[in-house]
Amino acid sequence: MIDGKRVLIIMPAWNEADGVADVVKEVYATLPGVDILVVDDGSGDETAKVAGAAGATVMKLPYNLGVGGAMRAGYKFAHDRGYDVAIQVDADGQHDPRNVPELIERLEAGADLVMGARFAGTGEYEARGPRRWAMLVLAFWLSRMARTKLTDVTSGFRACGPDLIDAFARWYPVEYLGDTVESTIAVVRAGYKVEQVPVAMRARTTGTPSQSPWKATLYLGRIGMILLLAFSRRSALGPARKRQSAKAAAREKQSS
Amino acid sequence: MLTSVTGVFLVLCIVELLRRRKLKEKYAFLWVFTGMVIIPLGFFPTGLDWVARNVGVRSGVSLILFLSVAFLFIVCLQLSWEVGHLEEEGRTLSEEVALLRIDVQELRQQLAEGETTVTSGDSGRLK
Repeated sequence: MIDGKRVLIIMPAWNEADGVADVVKEVYATLPGVDILVVDDGSGDETAKVAGAAGATVMKLPYNLGVGGAMRAGYKFAHDRGYDVAIQVDADGQHDPRNVPELIERLEAGADLVMGARFAGTGEYEARGPRRWAMLVLAFWLSRMARTKLTDVTSGFRACGPDLIDAFARWYPVEYLGDTVESTIAVVRAGYKVEQVPVAMRARTTGTPSQSPWKATLYLGRIGMILLLAFSRRSALGPARKRQSAKAAAREKQSS
Repeated sequence: MLTSVTGVFLVLCIVELLRRRKLKEKYAFLWVFTGMVIIPLGFFPTGLDWVARNVGVRSGVSLILFLSVAFLFIVCLQLSWEVGHLEEEGRTLSEEVALLRIDVQELRQQLAEGETTVTSGDSGRLK
């Protein structure tokens, strides 16, 4: 519980046994009252065991579904248990849990999705080459569509409220990059209110970042395809159902 | 001659597979239809040339090649679609399994706590 809201931290983890325990403990220490769900995405190592020992609830997927798949499973859990806020945090310690209260604050102020942006001033995270250009183009278009400044649409550090938890439990893009770029586009196009909060990105404690010229080109291609597809079809989330659900809630209150 | 024998053999295979319930009816229709087209072609190989000329293809053989490639392409597309569908179903299932696994674990835990201490106190983080 944070400010009377049930908050769930969703942490997709794939072979993160070395670092996940520290991250879980850090989150519990900085944010007393939250629940943590570690989604073990078919790890071959002890990730599930280690995370469970650190006190997190562990969802063990039978085989690897990718980050998007793990997130959808996580949102399903959040939806089933009726959480008010779900926050995506990486299991490798790149995201600072001290930024979480700020994200929740924005949600309370009326945003549906709040992203932790790495290029908004704080921190020294920097991408280079094609990857950076792709990010700039993406940021430009999405900022226009969302009518607010979004500088880092590929951020995996994001918080969302009950409406989007419900939507994500039913639909979450599962393919490569879908978990960040495509989901953001769908949310923006469906008319949800998206905001960002500047955060500092820390160096990862374990594991190695995946970067190579080949991958950068593939990345560009994928982003181009996602953008084209996203603009040519309706958002999979449908129009934002905020008002409807509010009305439904009011009706329920009256009848009970 | 070879074509017609192949056609007959194909249709027989399909019928046999259907009879043994190894092939779903929804796929069989397409294959039976293909076989039906192939069989007469084998017996009247020149008949096709007339058809080909009328649709603006020089020889019947080219027409057959073209049609078979198009046919294979459509079948592949249909299979890809089917695979995507299956993958989605598999994902949903695995999510359900994972969610159920958490439920079972929590229930077990509560049960164990209930056995050791009669006064049920805190029953874990999640309620």
